[in-house]
Amino acid sequence: MDYITIDTKKIPIEGEKNVLSLIRKAGIDLPTFCYHSELSIYGACRMCVVEDDRGRIFASCSEQPRPGMVIYTNTKRIQSYRKLMIELLLASHDRDCTVCHKNGMCELQSLAYRVGVHDVRFPNTKEERPIDMSSASIVLDPNKCILCGDCVRTCDEIQGVGAINFAFRGSKTQVTPAFGKKLSETECVGCGQCAAVCPTSALSLRSNVTVVWDAIEDKNIRVIAQVAPSVRIAVGDHFQIKKGENSFGKLVEALRIMGFDEIYDTNFSADLTVMEESAEFAERLASGENLPLFTSCCPGWVKYCENKYPEFAGNLSTCRSPQGMFSAVLKEYYKEQDEKEGKKTMVVSIMPCTAKKGEILRSDNFTDGRQDTDFVLTTTEIIRMIKQMGIQFDKIQGESADMPFSLASGGGAIFGVTGGVTEAVLRRLSEKKDYQTLRDIAFTGVRGEEGIKEATIEHGGRSVRIAVVNGLANAGKLLDRIKAKEAAYDFVEVMACKRGCIMGGGQPGPAGPRTKQRRMEGIYKVDQDCNIKSSDKNPAIEALYQDFLKGKEHKLLHRNLSGQEAAQTGQKHV
Amino acid sequence: MLEQSYFDRADAIIGQHGTEQRFLIPIIQDIQNYYRYLPPELLSYVAKRLGINEAKAYSVATFYENFSFEAKGKYVIRVCDGTACHVRKSTAIINQIYKETGLEKGKHTTEDMLFTLETVSCLGACGLAPVLTVNDVVHPAMTPEKVHELFEELKGAEAK
Repeated sequence: MDYITIDTKKIPIEGEKNVLSLIRKAGIDLPTFCYHSELSIYGACRMCVVEDDRGRIFASCSEQPRPGMVIYTNTKRIQSYRKLMIELLLASHDRDCTVCHKNGMCELQSLAYRVGVHDVRFPNTKEERPIDMSSASIVLDPNKCILCGDCVRTCDEIQGVGAINFAFRGSKTQVTPAFGKKLSETECVGCGQCAAVCPTSALSLRSNVTVVWDAIEDKNIRVIAQVAPSVRIAVGDHFQIKKGENSFGKLVEALRIMGFDEIYDTNFSADLTVMEESAEFAERLASGENLPLFTSCCPGWVKYCENKYPEFAGNLSTCRSPQGMFSAVLKEYYKEQDEKEGKKTMVVSIMPCTAKKGEILRSDNFTDGRQDTDFVLTTTEIIRMIKQMGIQFDKIQGESADMPFSLASGGGAIFGVTGGVTEAVLRRLSEKKDYQTLRDIAFTGVRGEEGIKEATIEHGGRSVRIAVVNGLANAGKLLDRIKAKEAAYDFVEVMACKRGCIMGGGQPGPAGPRTKQRRMEGIYKVDQDCNIKSSDKNPAIEALYQDFLKGKEHKLLHRNLSGQEAAQTGQKHV
Repeated sequence: MLEQSYFDRADAIIGQHGTEQRFLIPIIQDIQNYYRYLPPELLSYVAKRLGINEAKAYSVATFYENFSFEAKGKYVIRVCDGTACHVRKSTAIINQIYKETGLEKGKHTTEDMLFTLETVSCLGACGLAPVLTVNDVVHPAMTPEKVHELFEELKGAEAK
């Protein structure tokens, strides 16, 4: 077998594309800023430089392994190279670490410590540039950018959006939208994947922590939390809890300690979404109009479709997302009680997602002109709040969420992973709900992390063609194929982020391949532990439809589209 | 907002090259040759026709010093300030042009859109230093006096 020698250790070459992968296989955590296995190789940060036996120094990420190579990863020369490179990066970097959002989680900071930079000899001559706060989801602070290009490649290659890129050259290079526009003026969908890969806080999430603390303090406000499916399997990441473990109970208890008045489970409203979306799908199947039906629970995807493929906007489901449905129901439910008690209800949703911060501001998500969800906190923000309060998350026992809106089926639980919405809809539509039928649905091909999955099932005497997509660039590919009539589907689920919400822009990082796998398993574990598998068998949902929701289904559960938009989607009840 | 004729011109230029992404640079070069600058709206338009996102097209256009998003004057004067020209007193040439045109540092084009002044790092004619070009016509071994004469000539031609 071919092998290369890394620091005296012989490592077999097993199809690795670059020397860096072999070094990592050898158990050495070589630092990198610009290398991500899912992105193209860029070779800009020079952190992964190594030396060979002939004294040649090169970046290991962009070097093909050749049999017999001899590589050293930590020679004196390499050490001083790396140190100088960090020093130069720091020279033009805003170094107010103590007041930075990323303090303690910054890769530049930790690498500076690791390679031992204790002094920066060069003054910062970079002109200070304004921070872009225009987006509801993302903050762009150019003063903290180290030009690794991770965000640029993620936005372009993975998400197919391309809202930002490098501009100018040399020492004037910056990452910016075209013509220095604000993020809000671009096609940015707010997915937050740029912030998720940013090693510093040049790209970070728009935080709502302070306003939520203010609301909790105000006794005249009833603060209600709803917790999305994917939050529970990631919130424990910063508290030494096993990756992918369900910490829902602990989170509920933590939220109670913080002072939230009511805590509900968004899995419940995911069941509502399944009910509405299944009904809509059955309707469209019967009429043959506006097919394929596109799911609408992912706001990044909805915005992408509207921006880049407006001709398909009418195929989007008219359903609100689980977040939207839940907040509308909650606001309506507490209306009378609010009037009686002279209180105001505020809905705070806890989400793995940054685009959700934008979704709540869309007028089609309002009910009678009222914004239903008041604030969105991402998983990382709730982790911050838990830490601010000093709650010992790993020690608390856990509690159950409040009734009547927390009973959920496994169908609602799996919304957090790619393919989950589809599987839940198929469970709902299937007449038989026995164990074997559900197993068969799980193995139709909807599960797994591939970018585009296809399945065909028999329903109502016909074949129903399904596509499940994750990553917006994949969605673009699929839409192009549909446009060119190379493919046809009846139902298309799209999640903007790769692997679905479990890897949303608001989830804690860094998350490597193992964490990703555990999170996926964690979500399916929640489903396994559920006695109720199909959304229509959830008694709480049945009760809600029979009583509270009667006559209000469309007002509360669907997007209130303008006349023209409604005509495009074939929405009948407005 | 640009007039329709600009977009028609862009379409014609795209027609000459094709809509493959690799033609971005030749297309925007031709547009700049025609208008003496690259109207930002046309860059966005070309990007869209070629299926390149706007930010990437902007990245390309800003990478090259040659592309300008600002309209240029009728006479584009490039003064060489490379090493050879610099030591042979190109600074005096630039100052004389400032005097003749009323331009200053940071202001490149006159209000009447007649003159644009650019300093470049080398024109590749070091033997003729100090050198400048007016719309690609080379004027060698310049002195402030010769600059004055040149402007008298250009302004005279305009007055006719």
